[in-house]
Amino acid sequence: MTIGHTLLGLLESGPRHGYDLKRAFDERFGHDRPLHYGQVYSTMSRLLKNGLVEVDGIEPGGGPERKRYAITDAGVTDVAGWLTTPEKPEPYLQSTLYTKVVLALLTGRDAAELLDVQRAEHLRLMRELTRRKKGGDLADQLICDHALFHLEADLRWLELTAARLGKLAAEVRA
Amino acid sequence: MSTTPPTGPFAADAEPAPILTATALRKVYAGTPALDGADFAIAAGETVAVMGPSGSGKSTLLHCLAGIVPADDGTVTYAGRDLAALSDAERSALRRREFGFVFQFGQLVPELTCVENVALPLRLTGLGRRDAERAARPWLERLEVDDIAHQRPGEVSGGQGQRVAVARALATTPRVVFADEPTGALDSLNGERVMELLTGAAQDSGAAVVLVTHEPRVAAYADREVVVRDGRTRSLEPVGR
Repeated sequence: MTIGHTLLGLLESGPRHGYDLKRAFDERFGHDRPLHYGQVYSTMSRLLKNGLVEVDGIEPGGGPERKRYAITDAGVTDVAGWLTTPEKPEPYLQSTLYTKVVLALLTGRDAAELLDVQRAEHLRLMRELTRRKKGGDLADQLICDHALFHLEADLRWLELTAARLGKLAAEVRA
Repeated sequence: MSTTPPTGPFAADAEPAPILTATALRKVYAGTPALDGADFAIAAGETVAVMGPSGSGKSTLLHCLAGIVPADDGTVTYAGRDLAALSDAERSALRRREFGFVFQFGQLVPELTCVENVALPLRLTGLGRRDAERAARPWLERLEVDDIAHQRPGEVSGGQGQRVAVARALATTPRVVFADEPTGALDSLNGERVMELLTGAAQDSGAAVVLVTHEPRVAAYADREVVVRDGRTRSLEPVGR
């Protein structure tokens, strides 16, 4: 995820202090990975330098100066461009799992066992995410669903590979 | 026999010992082994996903476990009783009273209303019509389909029909529910809701669920999985975990 674009997007609804930006980010997108203050301030410095935000005001506080940031027209254009550009689908062509399967076959190890153990691990995580989803709000459900669909795709690949193991063994050992 | 949905989790009281076990099952159809030494065990209150490729023997395993078809070899034991030692009438009574079934296409009786469908297994156990329908209503509520109680299966959506089928399977408070691809005909959202309600209601009533599915996201509602491949089973996790 691009932190800069996300913070810019959050600023579109109105100017905010760095602290408020961090809190809004963590609430909506942070989940397991809240932002560090350092990340917020270094990102805002970069956006400021690129003319995508401007300082809307400075309030003296108990600690360091509290800057209030506002998005600029260039910033709005930048967010719009980011939102309308499709993300590059990950092709996963350099799969570690594939490498492990081939190496297991090449070295005479039990590739079927490797696939079974991996499949159990994938399903264990899927069960954990399903439990989290059941107790979560809509945001939690959507985030877990995204992970679940990806894990499901991996599992289908594991099944397909298990079914083709004999043929793959013949090819890699040829 | 209690016919209303129990409240509160049952898990704390669940017996760790398996309620249903199968050992070294073999079943051959037209010279082709569908099961070739399959083992299985499930504890009360546990949901186990039976997974595997098409034709691997998943459904045959379910049919043998439920006493619908006899295995050629091996043993199925339910609550300490060998199914093969029971008469046909005793096995039928067992399926009516202690087992519940959910299939891919609900298989509701089209001429009956939804509440009559749910009441049907209760009537087969000897309850009168009025009592059976009164006992069926809480299950329709539990499955969130009480508003369609008086509609016929042809008048409701696939997701609603499948919830009615789950209510019917649970209405006799079975000790084991057999679910064969219960979400196979549903879209993702409806499938998930059916799984939440099925596993939630089964857990509350302490029923074990044998869930045959080829969908990993459906299997993720189970406590553990058993993989069937070429008629043999494999489980990497212990019973009742």
